[in-house]
Amino acid sequence: MTTLDTTMPGAATPETAVPAKLDLAAMYRESEIGPLLAELDRDLIGLQPVKNRIREIAAYLLVTKARRELGLEASTPTLHMAFTGNPGTGKTTVALRMAGILHRLGYVRKGHLVSVTRDDLVGQYIGHTAPKTKEVLKRAMGGVLFIDEAYYLYRPENEKDYGQEAIEILLQVMENQRDDLVVILAGYADRMQTFFSANPGFRSRIAHHIDFPDYSDDELFHIAELIAEKEGYRFDEGAKAAMRDYIIARRSQSDFANARSIRNAFDRARLRQAIRLFDAGGTVDADALSTITAEEIRSSRVLSVATGK
Amino acid sequence: MKITQGAFSFLPELTDAQIAAQVEYALGQGWAVSIEVTDDPHPRNCYWEMWGMPMFGLKDAAGVMTELKAARATRPQSYIRLNAFDSTRGWETIRLSFIVNRPDVEPGFHLDRVEEQGRVQRYAIRRKSA
Repeated sequence: MTTLDTTMPGAATPETAVPAKLDLAAMYRESEIGPLLAELDRDLIGLQPVKNRIREIAAYLLVTKARRELGLEASTPTLHMAFTGNPGTGKTTVALRMAGILHRLGYVRKGHLVSVTRDDLVGQYIGHTAPKTKEVLKRAMGGVLFIDEAYYLYRPENEKDYGQEAIEILLQVMENQRDDLVVILAGYADRMQTFFSANPGFRSRIAHHIDFPDYSDDELFHIAELIAEKEGYRFDEGAKAAMRDYIIARRSQSDFANARSIRNAFDRARLRQAIRLFDAGGTVDADALSTITAEEIRSSRVLSVATGK
Repeated sequence: MKITQGAFSFLPELTDAQIAAQVEYALGQGWAVSIEVTDDPHPRNCYWEMWGMPMFGLKDAAGVMTELKAARATRPQSYIRLNAFDSTRGWETIRLSFIVNRPDVEPGFHLDRVEEQGRVQRYAIRRKSA
C-alpha cells in the first residue's frame, strides 16, 4: 500500500530562515503604499489629519511586518477605528476606501466592506438580536465592518433596548478576533462622545480616533470642481465666482453639510442647466451640454435669500 | 468503527487549517456553507440538525470557523459536518460535504438479516449501542 500524501492546501508550511537585516525602503516600494497615498491625495481634498493618520497606520503595519520577519515579538495591531466629524466631512467616503487600503497593506485578507446601521444589528424581539449581529459579523470577517451612525446602538432612554446586546457581542468579537475583522464606527462628534462615555469598553478597544475637520471655503470649491469633472461638466468663469459666493452663503445656513451640500447644489445646477438648454431649443454642441453657467448657480434659493432678493 | 461519509472520510482527520482551506475553496466557488449536527449517523439519515442558518454572503472562512468552534464546544460528542450549497441554476444542490467532528467512541453498525416469505433474505443496518 502506498502512503498517502497528507499535505493539503492550508497545511502548515515549514519555517523559513530568519534574515538578519531588512530593507524598509524596499519593503515600502513593494507594498504599494506610495501609490496608495498619492491616490488618496488626488481623490480626497483636504482631510489632512485623516491622511496623516493613514500614513501612520501604513508605516506601523510595515514595521510590524518587518518585526515579524525578523522574528521579533509582533502581536496583531488593533486597527478598530472611530470616525467623528460634522455631516458631509467624508467619513463614509474614507471608510469605503479604508477597506481597500487595509487590504493593499496586507492587514485584512479579503478587503470587502460591510456597511451597516442600527437596523442591521439590532433585532425586533427578544432573541432576535444575537443571531442578527453574529450574521453581520460573520459576513464582515476578512474585511471591514462599517457601522454608520453608531451612537444609535445605545439608547439610554430605554433600558430594555436590545442595542446593548448588540454592543456586547460586537465588543467580544472586536477583542477576540482582531485578526479577522476591522470595525469602523462613524458618527457626529458630540453624539459619539456621549456614546463612548456610556460604553467605556468601546473607547478602550478602539485604537484610532480620527476627527474629520470641516472643509475650508477653498477646499469646498475644489470639491465642487472635482464633482463636476467626474460627471463630465465644467463651470465657466462666471459660474466659478458664483460657486464661491454660494459656498459662503450656504455655510451660514443652519443645515450646512459640507461636501454633501455642495454635491446637492451641483445636482440642482445640473437640473437648471438641462431646463435652460431645453427651453432655448435649437441645436446644442458638446461644449454647451457640459458647461454650467453663473445663471444656474445664481438662481439658487440660497443666494437669493442671502442677497435679499 | 470510523464512519466514512462525504468527502475526505478515508483521509486522516483534517486540521482546522485544512478545513478553513476547504471552506475558502467553497466560498471562492460562490457556494454557501452550512453546518449540521447529528447523533445518528445512519447512512439513510439525511436529516441532520441544522446548526444555525446556512451562511450566505460570506467572503472569508473565519465566519464559518467561528461557528464551527461554537458547534464543537456545544456538541463535542456529536457528528458535525460542513455542507457547501451551490445555488447555480441546474445544480441547486450540495456540492461538497464532509465530517469535521466525531465522538470519541464510534460504535458502528450491525447488519441484521431477516428471513421473509419464500426464504427471501432482507437486510437492515442497525446502529450498535455505544
